[in-house]
Amino acid sequence: MASEFAARLPADRAESGLADLKPALNEGQARAEASRCLYCFDAPCIGACPTGIDIPEFIRKIASGNYRGSARTILSANILGLSCAAVCPVEVLCAGDCVFNDKGEPPIQIGLLQRFSTEWAYDRGLRFFEKGAPTGHRVALIGAGPASLAAAHELTVLGHECVLFEGRALPGGLNTTGVAPYKMRAEMSIREVEYIKEIGFEIRTGVEVVPDGTAGTLGAASTIAFSELEREFDAIFIGVGLGPDSRQGLPGEDLAGVWGACALIERIKNSGRDEVGYDAARVKNAVVIGGGNTAIDVVRELRKLDVENVTMVYRRGEHEMPGYDHEVAYARREGVQFHLRANPTAYVPDAEDASRVGAVRLVRMELGEPDESGRRRPKPVDGSEHELPAQLVAIATGQEKLETLLGSIAGLELHWGRVKVDAASGRTGNPRYWSGGDCANGGKEVVNAAAEGKLAARSIDGAMRDGSVRRSGA
Amino acid sequence: MPDLSINFAGIESPNPFWLASAPPTNSGDQVMRAFDAGWGGAVWKTLGQPIRNVFSRYGSIDYHDHRMAGLNNIELITDRSLEDNLKEISEVKKRYPKHAVIASLMVESREEWREYVKKSEDAGVDGFELNFGCPHGMCERGMGSAVGQEPRVLKEITSWVKEDATKPVLVKLTPNVGDILDPGVAGVEGGADGLALVNTFKSLMGVDLDKMVPLPRVRDKSTNGGYCGPAVKPIAQFMVASLARDPRITIPISGIGGVSNWRDAAEYILLGSTSVQVCTAVMHYGFRIVEDMIDGLEGYMIEKGFDRIDQMVGKAVGGFVEWGDLDLNYKVKAKIHEDMCIGCELCYVACYDGAHQCIALDRDPAASAPTPGVQRPTTRVPRILDSCTGCNLCSLVCPVPGCIEMVEEETGYAPITWNEYLEKSAAGAEPRSILAPGPGAH
Ligand SMILES: Cc1cc2nc3c(=O)[nH]c(=O)nc-3n(C[C@H](O)[C@H](O)[C@H](O)COP(=O)(O)OP(=O)(O)OC[C@H]3O[C@@H](n4cnc5c(N)ncnc54)[C@H](O)[C@@H]3O)c2cc1C
Ligand SMILES: Cc1cc2nc3c(=O)[nH]c(=O)nc-3n(C[C@H](O)[C@H](O)[C@H](O)COP(=O)(O)O)c2cc1C
Ligand code: SF4
Repeated sequence: MASEFAARLPADRAESGLADLKPALNEGQARAEASRCLYCFDAPCIGACPTGIDIPEFIRKIASGNYRGSARTILSANILGLSCAAVCPVEVLCAGDCVFNDKGEPPIQIGLLQRFSTEWAYDRGLRFFEKGAPTGHRVALIGAGPASLAAAHELTVLGHECVLFEGRALPGGLNTTGVAPYKMRAEMSIREVEYIKEIGFEIRTGVEVVPDGTAGTLGAASTIAFSELEREFDAIFIGVGLGPDSRQGLPGEDLAGVWGACALIERIKNSGRDEVGYDAARVKNAVVIGGGNTAIDVVRELRKLDVENVTMVYRRGEHEMPGYDHEVAYARREGVQFHLRANPTAYVPDAEDASRVGAVRLVRMELGEPDESGRRRPKPVDGSEHELPAQLVAIATGQEKLETLLGSIAGLELHWGRVKVDAASGRTGNPRYWSGGDCANGGKEVVNAAAEGKLAARSIDGAMRDGSVRRSGA
Repeated sequence: MPDLSINFAGIESPNPFWLASAPPTNSGDQVMRAFDAGWGGAVWKTLGQPIRNVFSRYGSIDYHDHRMAGLNNIELITDRSLEDNLKEISEVKKRYPKHAVIASLMVESREEWREYVKKSEDAGVDGFELNFGCPHGMCERGMGSAVGQEPRVLKEITSWVKEDATKPVLVKLTPNVGDILDPGVAGVEGGADGLALVNTFKSLMGVDLDKMVPLPRVRDKSTNGGYCGPAVKPIAQFMVASLARDPRITIPISGIGGVSNWRDAAEYILLGSTSVQVCTAVMHYGFRIVEDMIDGLEGYMIEKGFDRIDQMVGKAVGGFVEWGDLDLNYKVKAKIHEDMCIGCELCYVACYDGAHQCIALDRDPAASAPTPGVQRPTTRVPRILDSCTGCNLCSLVCPVPGCIEMVEEETGYAPITWNEYLEKSAAGAEPRSILAPGPGAH
């Protein structure tokens, strides 16, 4: 089917040239790997998957050549099975709990096997679910990221009419705009969205949901206010994720070449190669600020995009880095340099072009007393200021919370900027609103968003069926 | 969606997957959990006079990393009282009226057979399976395979049961016979409504090298046990197909032996089984394996355009003929897909030492520069010679699926079987005009 969204994706993007870090398995490889699986009973890998996919079952079905059944097993637990196969940090999820680790043998490559089955089904256009008998109930979902997609799919199966409002031009959330291209490129995310959507719900892209009487912040073509959603829809699911990259408020932060990490990644993934916003020929040195997984993604992406010197600046030591150990190890192998126990104090203009960044000014940090989290708090060392040359800077110190947007909803409680929800249902303090994904969990993984979206859908279904929520315009 | 339900000689079942009479059907609790998991039927663990088992009763062989490629047991029939078994059978039938529950029986005297048939029918069973197959313990007492190996006795007991039973009667055969057709035909003549096979094969499971006692060991001795599991599948399939193609076998067959997944089941059905029974794979992995059997078989049926199981039953039987009916002018040759070859040279040594010396390792080292798409220097890629006999061995040992393909070759000769060849040459045909050139006589 000619795809509506795929057509909006430029063919020649910076990410287009990046190969899969873990190449897809061919049939023989998949069968061989699947045959290794012990088919454990009450397998620990299942418990480690937030969506509870019956992993041994889908793997056994690969071993028996029952790929259709394998895909069905995966997708009935997690409709985002394709993207999760590509982006899940399996080392700390399912594969991390594989019993082979205790046997001293390599764990089963669960992610790659999952990708094999789901792609097999996608390639053949196999569908396993149908729209349920119409209930007349309508649900609005804000954002078209993994959380909303999982919720909308489940709700549609249950017979409800769903409309997703997405401020961006492309659906898929961070699956499309954020995850590292060597795990998944945007076209795969879009392919998944189109597949999921075919069950029969609507995605309105370029429509930002805003508090009544305010303008949008995403630059969307149009806006719609909460009050209108409340009039038209019985229940509302908030799946807006996190906000824009946090700013540090340092001198020089507005210089050309200084980027928020997510904004830079979004360009790399979604824009034409020549629109990426930095002159690749000029950039010999890039500096990335931060020690989390987003920072590691950016340094690895820049290395793969052939930036010669990529340095990761982090204010504590390597052991304190919040990024996954396996990711740090990869980055090191790929030639990323680590500049530890240092913090930026300013971004310095380039000597030739004062509108552009030329260096990062840094101060050495030493570890002082432990803070509330038990980690020792870094503090600057007097007189230790120094500079690193940088034609490109990416700041990966976190994403803001969408407090203005979310704070405008009556009754909805926020906790550290996250939407407070009942863990068993995803319902918020306002009985007509549910939430899940990054905006509720503070920023986890795609698979958590998928699990939380589905959970909320079940609760929304119950509340609409028993008549306890109803659109005000009805 | 294809319809998986079957009618086996009057026994209805939501799908063709039955648990074989064995430990997985020891109790009502197990059978009910199995039905919940998706099994269509269960043949209850054989009922008979109370027995006593030895401790230590199973042995197995592993194949590389895979455990239990073959399983052996020296256990007897049920060790539970008839009353308990019947009570649970009737409970299961009450809760699962649409599933098939079949009583497996093994007793001695005419009176006992009558009593057991009557009591089982009162408990609500859908049919019977007469255990003429157990090859250990019970046969020493004149039952099980002792009956299965005596077609005359088998026929007589079958006819006793048929006189008393109102429900369909299956005869379960032992494979420990010279020709499976003898007991099969005797079962038909005795009036059986269906045949079930195989029961287990007589076996020893190796030897404890320190204690110098065969396995499984019971203190300082062992005994021959019954062998089953994936390792016996080919032999069992031969027996099932042999019956299925014989015109004297006019009753449905329940195929048993090494079924672990939907593929095995599909094969048995194509070879003439209306239902398939499973024991070892459930003992290994539990009832849950049926999920793959169900949706795997459905997927296969969709792909091949079958709507119902009965359209599938026996579809491969016509392709099972005597050697003399095979086409002598059909030729295949091995072809190595060089881009897939990983250079292990296992095909080479297999053919060179173990078969027909038709693979060469004579690549010119000068030409060893990796060619595009070739993962290893081409010097390690063996070369198939024209003398290839098309035996398949290299393709069987090759560890890369699809790397060695057996490719059909046009010979320019019309198909001819050995039997036709004998006929035609007797009628004066010149051998070389009807038989494509190749190694061997003629
Ligand atoms: C750089 C980066 C790399 C990552 N890599 C991985 C990875 O490898 N593996 C992994 O599992 N997870 C990864 N994650 C985390 C993962 O992407 C998120 O946990 C997941 O996408 C959360 O899904 P969501 O639906 O909650 O939100 P999002 O994916 O953020 O989607 C929210 C959507 O809502 C839209 N939106 C926001 N506000 C509005 C509004 N007012 N009106 C309309 N639409 C709105 C946004 O445009 C967006 O499309 C990564 C995150 C980042 C930042
Ligand atoms: C431990 C064990 C006990 C068995 N007990 C019986 C039995 O009581 N009655 C019977 O008819 N067959 C019995 N069998 C044979 C099985 O029903 C079946 O015919 C055989 O195991 C082949 O199937 P499989 O390869 O799926 O295991 C037993 C098999 C095993 C392994
Ligand atoms: S399987 Fe059960 S009965 Fe058999 S030896 Fe182990 S614990 Fe005992």
